[in-house]
Amino acid sequence: MTLNTVWVYAEANGDKVTTATLEILTKARSLASTVEAIYAGSAADAVAAQVGEYGASTLHVIDPGDGLPGQVAAAGIATLAAERSPDAIIFAQSYDGRDAIGRLSVKLDRPVLTNGFGLDVVDGTLKFNTAIFGGTVLVDVATSAGAPALVAIRPKSFAAESAGGAAATVNTLGATDAGRAAEAKVLERFEEEQTGPKLEEAQVVVSGGRGIGSAEAYKPLVEELAKLLKGAFGASRAIVDAGWVPYALQVGQTGKTVKPKLYIALGISGATQHLVGMKNSDNIIAVNKDGEAPIFGVADLGIVGDVHKVVPALIEAVKAKS
Amino acid sequence: MHVVVCVKQIPDPAVPGALDAYNTLQREGKLILDESDSYGVEMALQLVDAAGGGEVTLISMAPNGEVSGLRTALAMGAAKAILVSDPALAGSDALGTAKVLAKCVERAGGVDLVLAATESSDGYTGTVPAQMAELLSMPALTFAKHVEVADGKIKIQRQTEAGYDVVEASLPVVVTVTAGVVEPRYPSFKGIMAAKNKPVDAVTAADLGLADQVGWAGARQEITGVTQAPARQAGEKIEDDGTGFEKIVGYLEKLKVI
Ligand SMILES: Cc1cc2nc3c(=O)[nH]c(=O)nc-3n(C[C@H](O)[C@H](O)[C@H](O)COP(=O)(O)OP(=O)(O)OC[C@H]3O[C@@H](n4cnc5c(N)ncnc54)[C@H](O)[C@@H]3O)c2cc1C
Ligand SMILES: Nc1ncnc2c1ncn2[C@@H]1O[C@H](COP(=O)(O)O)[C@@H](O)[C@H]1O
Repeated sequence: MTLNTVWVYAEANGDKVTTATLEILTKARSLASTVEAIYAGSAADAVAAQVGEYGASTLHVIDPGDGLPGQVAAAGIATLAAERSPDAIIFAQSYDGRDAIGRLSVKLDRPVLTNGFGLDVVDGTLKFNTAIFGGTVLVDVATSAGAPALVAIRPKSFAAESAGGAAATVNTLGATDAGRAAEAKVLERFEEEQTGPKLEEAQVVVSGGRGIGSAEAYKPLVEELAKLLKGAFGASRAIVDAGWVPYALQVGQTGKTVKPKLYIALGISGATQHLVGMKNSDNIIAVNKDGEAPIFGVADLGIVGDVHKVVPALIEAVKAKS
Repeated sequence: MHVVVCVKQIPDPAVPGALDAYNTLQREGKLILDESDSYGVEMALQLVDAAGGGEVTLISMAPNGEVSGLRTALAMGAAKAILVSDPALAGSDALGTAKVLAKCVERAGGVDLVLAATESSDGYTGTVPAQMAELLSMPALTFAKHVEVADGKIKIQRQTEAGYDVVEASLPVVVTVTAGVVEPRYPSFKGIMAAKNKPVDAVTAADLGLADQVGWAGARQEITGVTQAPARQAGEKIEDDGTGFEKIVGYLEKLKVI
């Protein structure tokens, strides 16, 4: 027995729905007979087509104005939930998803189940899985707070599969007073130029850690190799905290989860908090000068060596082949 | 300017974690200042400095009247702290924690800005600050990698997938800061000595009027199963003798990446 209605908080970059949203929609189809999406933004028609394809019958649209979408959306979702009583509302564990689920949990007085990687319906109730201690221990959590359950899922927990559905019916919601939450205004957007695929979508990810030695080494070693392999580049938290690269590149427990065909770790020790973000990659190659580094415990190919010797030679060899 | 900083005190992350009989994280023994919150403490001190005066108040919810993490932050330069410690809080979830911290902000009084980290190092639900903002009817400016305050307004650079957004609001607000937003100072010897005598206002859930909304009952969720995750097998490991890169080239060819 499945649930009646599950809602998915849909996010988009411009008019492209995020992969994390499509993954959750795919999962939601197996949980409930009716899947609907909620979206705060200005690309309703494009979003309706994509969420429809992945199984949503209706797209409820909230106008966030120039406010932060997740925070403005919470008020609209709360009003709609009071009218229609969905069984669960699922969010991505993302920047806006976290804003929305946090404010909504207060409005509805419901707990939040966060960092989920598994979701099922067993005997008509929702079963939620998360992982602790760097992904080494899995826990099942049940909530007794009543519907709607508020759930946040880590990206890459499910595969996104199209259901071939038609565009969702757009239901434009009237303005809801979001109170002071709406006062935070987005004045400007800066898009850092991105060449190549995104971290979460790339087939190949090359990440650098403290072992690369300096901020200056990131471009010639990590970025260069990633580009040659038509992949994306990432980082350990150590070099994000050190200010060498932006937070958006962080892979791990408090950063992104990636699951590429190939993950290459350069000068990364392999702390559990890093492993949790990449150990489900199909193939892992590691270069580290310490033969005892834990990263070798998950690597399919481990090279015990200096990144400053191995990587430049590798780059030359790959260039010579292409 | 009066800045309140949320300071979580956590078990040393270097020590492997364990679950207690109730399947919650063991939080016994000495706790330390969550490194993620040291950025908020530093940011607060710098903002108060730039404003030409004011005060930094720390708020923390922790078991067993733990203050070591708070003392570290007081030694950095915060003026005082509110500590909520009460056996009734055991098992509190993110919403329960946010309720407690929101009451602390009200207790601190006359607050212009509340700072927190984007997520804690041990729980990392990453929702407490937004929940707290909603309870306090404040905007929440999240994922700040740069913060400026001027003329009663705050402007941040908010991390996004593609770059960053410039977000502005009038005070008071809740702001979450990412690691690296500022470089946390090391407490000086003088700071450490002074911290010993700084006031810590110790309160209970009942003092805050929250006795029945926190702890196990308030959380309304239960852990129904705990299992070990399947481990990944290690593959081939070789010592680089100058030709290690060729092994990688071979692997890349096998995967048809090149
Ligand atoms: C709550 C919490 C959350 C966290 N979240 C994350 C997260 O999301 N992502 C994350 O990555 N970390 C996270 N961390 C941090 C994590 O514990 C590690 O500190 C971090 O991953 C270490 O990064 P690193 O491997 O780059 O640095 P280090 O651990 O310092 O390792 C550097 C490695 O480089 C090697 N090396 C040095 N020189 C060379 C050379 N010339 N050639 C080759 N190898 C060399 C060394 O042998 C070493 O193994 C978190 C920590 C906590 C407590
Ligand atoms: N018990 C606590 N005491 C003080 N601050 C906290 C506590 N729990 C959470 N916070 C703050 O809220 C942030 C996010 O926490 P979390 O939602 O648990 O990831 C933390 O980084 C702290 O700044």
